[in-house]
Amino acid sequence: MKVIHMAKVPMPKEKYSGAVGSMALGDGSVSLGGVKGMPFLSFEDPQKQRPLLAGEVVDDISDFPPIVLDQFGPSAEDPVSWALEWKSKGADIICLRLLSTDPERKDTPPKEAATIAKNVADATGLPLIVYGCGIADKDAAVMEAVGEALEGHRSILAFVEEDSYKRMASTAVAHKHAVLAFSNLDINLAKQMNILLTDFGVDRGDIVMDPLMAPLGMGLEYSYSVNERIMLAALSGDRMLQVPMVCDASQAWQVRDCSEEDVALGDAAERAAWWEFATALAALLSGADILIVRGTKAMSLIQEAISDMGGHV
Amino acid sequence: MPTAIEFFKFLPKTNCGECGHPTCLAFAMQLANQKMSIDACPYVDQAAKDKLEESGAPPVKGFSVGVGDMSVRMGDETVLYRHERKFVNPTAFAVTVTDTMSAEDISATVARYSSMVFERVGMEFRLDMFALRDDTGDPDSYLKAAKSLSENTDWPIILISDKPDVLRPAAEELKDRRPLLYSANESNVEDMVSMAKALGLPLALRNDTLDGMASLVEEAKKAGAEDLILDLGAASMKQVLENNTVARKVSLRRTFKGLGYPLMNCVGSGDQAVMRAMLAVMKYGSLVVFDSIEEQQALPLMTLRQNIYTDPQVPIQVKEDLYPISDPDTASPVLFTTNFSLTYFTVRADIEKSRQPVWLQVVDTEGLSVLTAYAAGKFGPEHVSAALEASGALQKSDGPIVTPGMVAKLSGKLEEALGRKVLVGPMESSSLPKFLKGLKG
Ligand code: B12
Ligand code: SF4
Repeated sequence: MKVIHMAKVPMPKEKYSGAVGSMALGDGSVSLGGVKGMPFLSFEDPQKQRPLLAGEVVDDISDFPPIVLDQFGPSAEDPVSWALEWKSKGADIICLRLLSTDPERKDTPPKEAATIAKNVADATGLPLIVYGCGIADKDAAVMEAVGEALEGHRSILAFVEEDSYKRMASTAVAHKHAVLAFSNLDINLAKQMNILLTDFGVDRGDIVMDPLMAPLGMGLEYSYSVNERIMLAALSGDRMLQVPMVCDASQAWQVRDCSEEDVALGDAAERAAWWEFATALAALLSGADILIVRGTKAMSLIQEAISDMGGHV
Repeated sequence: MPTAIEFFKFLPKTNCGECGHPTCLAFAMQLANQKMSIDACPYVDQAAKDKLEESGAPPVKGFSVGVGDMSVRMGDETVLYRHERKFVNPTAFAVTVTDTMSAEDISATVARYSSMVFERVGMEFRLDMFALRDDTGDPDSYLKAAKSLSENTDWPIILISDKPDVLRPAAEELKDRRPLLYSANESNVEDMVSMAKALGLPLALRNDTLDGMASLVEEAKKAGAEDLILDLGAASMKQVLENNTVARKVSLRRTFKGLGYPLMNCVGSGDQAVMRAMLAVMKYGSLVVFDSIEEQQALPLMTLRQNIYTDPQVPIQVKEDLYPISDPDTASPVLFTTNFSLTYFTVRADIEKSRQPVWLQVVDTEGLSVLTAYAAGKFGPEHVSAALEASGALQKSDGPIVTPGMVAKLSGKLEEALGRKVLVGPMESSSLPKFLKGLKG
């Protein structure tokens, strides 16, 4: 018997009144944001801009887990070679963490740190997301030098928080970079950060936000829901949330069962790839415009997933 | 439940008062509040009652596959986004055996997957079902395989064949275990539905397009099928995401009635299978069928399922109490931590690894982790000392009190409040074995 096709399912089209702002990086050829619907739904946003992938590079591997370093071999000893490795694997952005600037480590001075960033940018031609060591005062000083060195090569300076944002935000404005606004798993705090920055004089088009992507097994569900709420609010017209979102999937490696050796849990390297991938997929489905990635296998899985969901890599 | 306005539409609007209410509208409001039965109005006919029942039906039909403790419930979902209210029935995972396998192979495969069990945050993560796929087209070998699968497991079973003649003997044999029949498509729907109906079994429908599926559902419903699950394809992640999303959305919004059933995806094996399964967990899948899966894929997948299906209003937590680990005595140290499950079970496992006797005091922080609780003002010296006093920990041991390393700041105030030695523990509990051995020496 042949079923007569008569049913017609109505497409649940939403009437969104807003969109995520768009932004260009590097020499202007790398663009992101501009999303007009919930992630990867082609019936909501047919021309969806695919999310960008940032490969993580650090300038001090002294306490970096060997299981991560093993993926890169000798390249991991030099930020430029490491970054080139990422470029050959299809990364759109390099996420450079200047860990050595930590006073407890090498206390690398700002000028020297800026040279590292400049070398990475020149060698790869890719835009950077640059992090310092996480100590606000030192980071602000380092970013002044980095911002200047990277002028003309628009990058993202990371990161500013509610109680310390002025100096780094001024650097971003002065040298035409974007600034990463960090907030702690809360839609209102994310919005508050963007308000603070725009009130301070940063253009909304120069802000990207990091609402803290908690990794798989360590609060992922909170982030998934906070991100979704941010996306829905942005699409319904809340201008102060219409800025691109950065999610850091590399935090997955912080979770113990991600990569600990235990035969009962299967191959550790493969498991780590899936741990990071799961974190990344949750971020993508809830609204990430940029993903920071640590593992090479996770990177290729994420690329495959993006193209399989209809975004072209 | 229909709203007052929906009820009102079906009332005669004569305001005769026979229902005991002055107006039809007043009666409709009582109905919406579930204070009255529609039968109190003598003028509503059966056809209207049927329609009302339909509009009051849950947006996503729920039912179980399998029987008893091992049965798996699917459907009953009410929201599109988990921040609105929790997702109800977690995605079930099935792995497949085939009728080309020998009885020994089937038994070995079942044994392998039955023991693929992980302990995480005090919970047991495991797969949920076995599927038996017809690869021979031969009813006898399918029945034989069904019997050996059934002997080897008490998990719910999915019987996979699109040939009703192959499926029927096995379905009859296993019907008391309430297997899921997979699947009806446009060419076999009549036979499949009559089998499912005769045996009282749930049935999967298979079609790649939303319109095609809606027509198939209509057909199946007309023939009397009730417990349906819909497979809208998994040829790509795009297909899983968009078909599942549209089906769920039109059902919850009630803009279309025919797709209000649980959804499933057959994903095969390998990397692509895991990706699609992870997507299905987040995007409305009630059941994912694998050909095979490995430990290193299963643990992250099951962790994702556990994360996504937690109640957004209630973090998983343990009871505030004093927990003895490895027979502690009056000289053993008293460690304290928060009542967030993830924190407690991580710390507990590390203490157990050390094989040192310890009293572990759990402080009620409303299910927050160490730093989160501290930042939220729920893990101060006053909370810790109150918990230690309430549990009698200070009488049970004269050993040192040990703080989590991340809240080293607590130690001074706590020492003052308790009049006892307070030591600062390591930041990460993974360093506890070393730390505890050091304490002894
Ligand atoms: C998920 C999360 C949340 C979730 C809550 C999860 C939960 N149930 O606790 C939510 C979204 C609700 C949340 C909220 C907030 N959060 Co929060 N959150 C996190 C996140 C991402 C993970 C926390 C986690 O689950 N850790 C895993 C558990 C196992 O870790 P743990 O409890 O610390 O246990 C470890 C150690 O402490 C140690 N240990 C534990 N017990 C013991 C005992 C002994 C004796 C020893 C020796 C060791 C030990 O071993 C464990 C394993 O290593 C962290 C960032 C991060 N990546 O860590 C931020 C973080 C903890 N949050 C933070 C903050 C500020 C907040 C908020 C105040 C912000 C806000 N939005 O208002 C709120 C407060 C909550 C409230 N109700 O008001 C900050 C804390 C900053 C600080 N240094 O104090 C963090 C560090 C993020 C950051 N970088 O800013 N958060
Ligand atoms: S009995 Fe029926 S018709 Fe009469 S008032 Fe009540 S609801 Fe209206």
